[in-house]
Amino acid sequence: MKKQKLVMVGNGMAGCRTLEELLKLAPDLYEITVFGAEPHPNYNRIMLSPVLAGETKFADIVLNDLAWYRDHGIALHAGKQVVKIDRKAQKVVAADGTEASYDRLLLATGSSPFILPVPGKDLPGVIAYRDIADTEAMIEAAKHHSHAVVIGAGLLGLEAANGLKIQGMDVTVVHLADWIMERQLDKTAADLLQKSLENKGLKFLLGKQTAELVAGESGRVAAIRFRDGSGIPADLVVMAVGIRPNTALAESAGIHCERGIVVDDTLQTYDPKIYAVGECVAHRGVAYGLVAPLFEQARVCANHLARMGIGRYTGSVTSTKLKVTGIDVFSAGDFMGGEGCEDIVLADPSAGVYKKLVIKNDTLAGAVLYGDTGDGAWYFQLLKDRQNIADIRDHLMFGGHHVGGVGDVGHSGHNKAAAMPDTAEVCGCNGVCKGDIVKAIKTHGLFTLDDVRKHTKASSSCGSCTGLVEQILASTVGGAYQPADTQDKPVCGCTDHAHGVVRAAIRDKKLLSIPAVMRELGWKTADGCATCRPALNYYLISTWPHEAEDDPQSRFINERAHANIQRDGTFSVVPRMWGGLTTPAELRVIADVAEKYEVPTVKMTGGARIDLLGIRKGDLPRVWEDLGRAGLVSGHAYGKSIRTVKTCVGAEHCRFGTQRSMDMGVKLEKMLFGMWAPHKVKLAVSGCPRNCAEAGIKDVGVIGVDSGYELYIAGNGGIKTEVAMFMCKVKNDSEVLEYSGAFLQLYREEGWYLERTCHYVARVGLDYVKAQVVDNAARRAELYERLLYALQGYEDPWAAAVKQPGEYVALEVA
Amino acid sequence: MNDWKKVCPLDEIPRLGSRQVNSASGTIAVFRTAEDEVFALRDKCPHKGGALSQGLVAGKVVTCPMHSWKIQFENGEAVAPDKGCAKVYPAKVEGGLVWIAL
Ligand code: FES
Repeated sequence: MKKQKLVMVGNGMAGCRTLEELLKLAPDLYEITVFGAEPHPNYNRIMLSPVLAGETKFADIVLNDLAWYRDHGIALHAGKQVVKIDRKAQKVVAADGTEASYDRLLLATGSSPFILPVPGKDLPGVIAYRDIADTEAMIEAAKHHSHAVVIGAGLLGLEAANGLKIQGMDVTVVHLADWIMERQLDKTAADLLQKSLENKGLKFLLGKQTAELVAGESGRVAAIRFRDGSGIPADLVVMAVGIRPNTALAESAGIHCERGIVVDDTLQTYDPKIYAVGECVAHRGVAYGLVAPLFEQARVCANHLARMGIGRYTGSVTSTKLKVTGIDVFSAGDFMGGEGCEDIVLADPSAGVYKKLVIKNDTLAGAVLYGDTGDGAWYFQLLKDRQNIADIRDHLMFGGHHVGGVGDVGHSGHNKAAAMPDTAEVCGCNGVCKGDIVKAIKTHGLFTLDDVRKHTKASSSCGSCTGLVEQILASTVGGAYQPADTQDKPVCGCTDHAHGVVRAAIRDKKLLSIPAVMRELGWKTADGCATCRPALNYYLISTWPHEAEDDPQSRFINERAHANIQRDGTFSVVPRMWGGLTTPAELRVIADVAEKYEVPTVKMTGGARIDLLGIRKGDLPRVWEDLGRAGLVSGHAYGKSIRTVKTCVGAEHCRFGTQRSMDMGVKLEKMLFGMWAPHKVKLAVSGCPRNCAEAGIKDVGVIGVDSGYELYIAGNGGIKTEVAMFMCKVKNDSEVLEYSGAFLQLYREEGWYLERTCHYVARVGLDYVKAQVVDNAARRAELYERLLYALQGYEDPWAAAVKQPGEYVALEVA
Repeated sequence: MNDWKKVCPLDEIPRLGSRQVNSASGTIAVFRTAEDEVFALRDKCPHKGGALSQGLVAGKVVTCPMHSWKIQFENGEAVAPDKGCAKVYPAKVEGGLVWIAL
């Protein structure tokens, strides 16, 4: 098939990101031509301030070098400005006469700085702050001149002022409003910020309206005069009063524009052949000037250009972070509050800390943080997810690490990423230090957690440092940081669908195999990958037990081999001991097996079972056969499944016991045998509130009391300890089985793959779970029945493997 | 010259799966794709030596069970940004049998 022609006008971050996403989805669909007015390849505009401050160099902020364009067969016309779009002939014309015809046109013309229409605005020495040329002009001016005036105390203006100060100039910031950064900060935070900038040597003139820029003898600007008649000397004036979307080209072609080029949720303009992304766009009446929303637009636009037709851009909540070294300011959402809003404020002026949270309808509507911004990323996530915060409101002010079960703020005591030294280890699993992460972010131009994971491996194993990595990302790229979309994040790179959508499709369309799901939902890869296949396999078997195919090749090795792979390639075997009870006969067999197969290590597991470590794969079937003769079956210590029910001695022997906990534990474990789940599931039963079985940190914890049992759910003793939450009280053993079974079935049906119960309950809310399991008897009965049906007739996987040992045995060639 | 050795009937390797093969040149992982092509790699991940034969196969790539590096069948190279290479052995299906060359 002949390639279609795609022309892009504008060679900035939004446009190039769109091309990158497009090339990932459909590398061969288009022949691509790019026009850029600047004579450079695409660079990282948000890093201009560090360049001005002398913290980094231009070469380090180039995102796509010329080789990138070449490698992808993109024709780049750098330094050529497109002056005309001929929509009838479907072509664009550049100022020098270069023409390019298109099947699809992508406008990414960006924005221009707004220049105050005052006399003297065109004098030499008056510049805007927008691109690398401006930055270089400022560095140059600082060498020869001393008085700089920055008009506009927004994000950009303050960063410019700070940079000029570092370059050695005397800097005054002039601002029309009564406080600085009034679009991002309330007055209290702004005053604190102004103070610390003043301490760095900046001067401020607030409430001043510029009337005129006055030339000196040389013809260069020499002074600035205000409406009130006063004035100050100025031999460099930087205008940073705002930006205007560049719509002139689109308008001249008759494309509908309002504040910017008007696009719909697919980033299409009124001309269906023409798309637009970035700062030149007005989407639902909003034009964005920060990087993060532009990247979201890029992703959606690329998808439609690739003719996948999935995904809508519905607008962004944005956050701001000032990139001035040593000063931490963060703001997001509706931070001013007002009608129907409540504020929670913490102010400690002498420590230089101020925090304000704006609450509306039990959700976080906005936040301003000054001095201590460590929790910015966490607040932003809450805001973006519109998570109900009623339950955590009391602790909200103290940040994510004070609130169980919600955000992962990382290792406690380590939650101030910005303050960490570069040598501090962030990811304990993969040995990645903060400095490695910062360096990768800067040199590769990374903006998302996924990118950082790919390049550094940080947070890609156990995930406990995710919060910390997000904070480092947020503090390195500032306002360009966009937290992952936890609600509708695609399962993996093979699809644009989120877990919830996939689950619903499997249920509603009764899909019974992985290929069927992939066909139905338009998977982008033929066989999926190691992320989506195990998830799909679980969704299929949990939704359609006894009907859907269970595909062993889509399970991780541990579940495929029914044993845990160890780092040397051997396996560990844990026989099941119901409720933790065993017999001399069982122990004898285990001892015999350990000797016969020369098991190097025998150990008690954390769940109080016996672990035989270091068994060769080829020996597994024979080991199981020997164990099986004594009635021992698979302990599933390897699976995303029921693991163990831990018990204390209970009323059977213990003088404090109120309930027969061993008995209860055995019943639970027998009921749940063979239960697959989104993640591992652990239970415990304690016979009295002394709770020797540690039921408070289990997925389901049962605690005996005199009048029955208390049921706790969603605890976790792993990566991050989560205390289980009280669900309800029940009267007897059969109610324990029914209520905990119903809860686990709810989790099995609604949980996302690899989501522990604590994360599932944090997502849907404890109240929701109670409404389904406790308050609604009919629903509970249904859930319980479905669980029992799913588990019916489950065959011990070890016994099954003994019958067909083929795959375990290595082949031999001479 | 490479010496073709018979491994097993194709059926003994599951689709999108693999088998471990012991040979004079060490342990080799033989993979079978969805299209019934076969490939062979040294059964040692270039990262920290994980057994590639125990990984998950998709397309012409296996994901190592240890730390999820993705190793490509055709050239043995890890998928970027990871860097490393596992030795590739020629492999083919002929007459319903799998062969590898050592
Ligand atoms: S050993 Fe293979 S990924 Fe680490």
